[in-house]
Amino acid sequence: MSILVNKNSRVLTQGITGATGQLHTRACREYGTQMVAGVVPGKGGTSFEGIPIFNTVEQARRETAANVAVSYVPPAFAADGILESAAAGIELVICITEGIPVLDMVKVKHFLGETKTRLIGPNCPGIITPGECKIGIMPGYIHKQGDIGVVSRSGTLTYEAVFQLTQLGIGQSSCIGIGGDPIVGTSHIDALKLFNEDPKTRAIIMIGEIGGTAEEEAAAYIKQNVKKPVVAFIAGQTAPKGRRMGHAGAIISGGRGTAADKIAALKAAGITVAMSPAELGTTMKSALEGKA
Amino acid sequence: MNIHEFQAKQILGRFGAPVPKGQPASTPDEAAAAFRALGLSKAVVKAQIHAGGRGKAGGVKLLSSADEARDFAAKLLGKQLVTHQTGPEGRVVRRVYVEEASQVARELYLGLLVDRKSGSVSVIASTEGGMDIEEVAAKTPDRIITEAINPLLGLSGFVARKIAFALGLKDKEVNQFVTLLTALYRAFWETDASLIEINPLVVTADGRVICLDAKMSFDDNGLFRHPDIREMRDSNEEDPAETEAAKFELSYVHLDGNIGCMVNGAGLAMATMDIVKYYGAEPANFLDVGGGANTEKVAAAFRILLSDKRVKAVLINIFGGIMRCDVLAQGVVEAARQVNLSLPLVVRMEGTNVDQGKKILADSGIKVIAAADLADAARRVTEAIGARKAQ
Repeated sequence: MSILVNKNSRVLTQGITGATGQLHTRACREYGTQMVAGVVPGKGGTSFEGIPIFNTVEQARRETAANVAVSYVPPAFAADGILESAAAGIELVICITEGIPVLDMVKVKHFLGETKTRLIGPNCPGIITPGECKIGIMPGYIHKQGDIGVVSRSGTLTYEAVFQLTQLGIGQSSCIGIGGDPIVGTSHIDALKLFNEDPKTRAIIMIGEIGGTAEEEAAAYIKQNVKKPVVAFIAGQTAPKGRRMGHAGAIISGGRGTAADKIAALKAAGITVAMSPAELGTTMKSALEGKA
Repeated sequence: MNIHEFQAKQILGRFGAPVPKGQPASTPDEAAAAFRALGLSKAVVKAQIHAGGRGKAGGVKLLSSADEARDFAAKLLGKQLVTHQTGPEGRVVRRVYVEEASQVARELYLGLLVDRKSGSVSVIASTEGGMDIEEVAAKTPDRIITEAINPLLGLSGFVARKIAFALGLKDKEVNQFVTLLTALYRAFWETDASLIEINPLVVTADGRVICLDAKMSFDDNGLFRHPDIREMRDSNEEDPAETEAAKFELSYVHLDGNIGCMVNGAGLAMATMDIVKYYGAEPANFLDVGGGANTEKVAAAFRILLSDKRVKAVLINIFGGIMRCDVLAQGVVEAARQVNLSLPLVVRMEGTNVDQGKKILADSGIKVIAAADLADAARRVTEAIGARKAQ
């Protein structure tokens, strides 16, 4: 009852010896995720709390059968890290790193198009299948096993949505943070497609924000393809034009990418839009009860 | 990060793009000297601010002597220039650019940017040069040519030629354009640019294709690779509170309302601004303290937020993931003591170590309005300034 990751996922950490890598590798393992390897060039042969460290992803994959990589590699080297995992045949790469130069991601995105590797992120909290597997930096305890898919460009705003759902007793199938950068590996549409095809996902929450046209494209996709209830929220209704709101991708430029445009497109596609971020959970509850 | 026209032309010239000769000047005498140094009968003096619309606002003039250049520079320097892009407060002109005059036969538009949809650098070109490209896109979209460039191949000759022909260039103009666009594309990649805009790109009366104006913006995430470009930052063009915030790696954007907001995470920070508005008040700022904030950073955030005198109440909304609520609470207590806080302070905390955080606030003796959840926080902070709207 999930997308992309489950209790069988075997995860390697790129950048396992940094403070962030250590903290979250430990937290993910405590959650129950199979953390099978770490990769740090030059530290091969050592280990972190019993997890073997390798010099290369290729070697780590061969010796531990890891099929997912999560990366905390610093921004200057992060793109190289994604390429390394893709070249080694890792199926799913989750890049948490914030601050990667966008032109690095332009090259990565085009290279990945020629491989079978899926990238989530960068600049994202990761992905979790509650009760089975947590890969990333989200607090595990706010989640609850269930049948709502959550996809979002934001980190903490996703926690807010999940927390509201859990408080109402509504669990989640998987929650995926696709990242706040202008160029990301997995789009809203990609995630929607996965949730739509997952028999255990009953309804979907999509959290977008200002900048770009990904939500407008998602609206058109939902109208055409998704029969499950979708509840959406767009952050940045009060954001001024031309200013970057924290995320590199959250900017209204050339008059495009406003919250108003996105909300209008979503509503036109018949999607329920929560106007207050405090009503994400209750709006989903109504949608499930067939009231919205 | 944005830079001035004269800096953009220096960079583009270095990559082999044809730009008119010119020299920046920060005093009237320097402007006169720059005019003489060009050794031409005519020159253009242009105000250097980070905003477009300078020509229409009276910030650009064609002059025919060093004395005229001195007088015009004296009129501009130190004064506010208000254009349609600066807002009513305008920008103070601290430099002018004295540049060789060009005989313009045709004005075109040429831009390069990171196109999110195709995940590429795209070239945008139009026959409607010298106009606001957004307006052209809205009114006559058929006059806009867009080409996404494959990053693994680079800019191919045929793609550049295709754009040249679409712009109606002919004969020797075509090859000049190909050389020019190739230089811009290289400059884009090698400087981690996020935007290069040549508006107008002109064909001169004697058949040369040159960059008459130039605007460049850079990806902040790529600046670590370009210390020379980082040096070009002009803090006079930036909000002082935003510059101060950047020193602490805080993301702060100044707005016009009176509820100061401090939040962790960009999406939640925007959502918090939105809910403040939803409950009838206006946010004074966007402020993301980030994931790994320590006490010092939180204290700095608090000071910056309160440096805006319009702020009448403060809303702190933290969902602790990486950020621990006890660390946040410690920072708030320290900062509130430092600044002798007298404004209403509403705190909503959830997540990692939330109980310890709440205890620190409760034990501090600082007057804190504790909120149960996001809606409650918005309700309480708008009530505190008497602005609450019924939902």
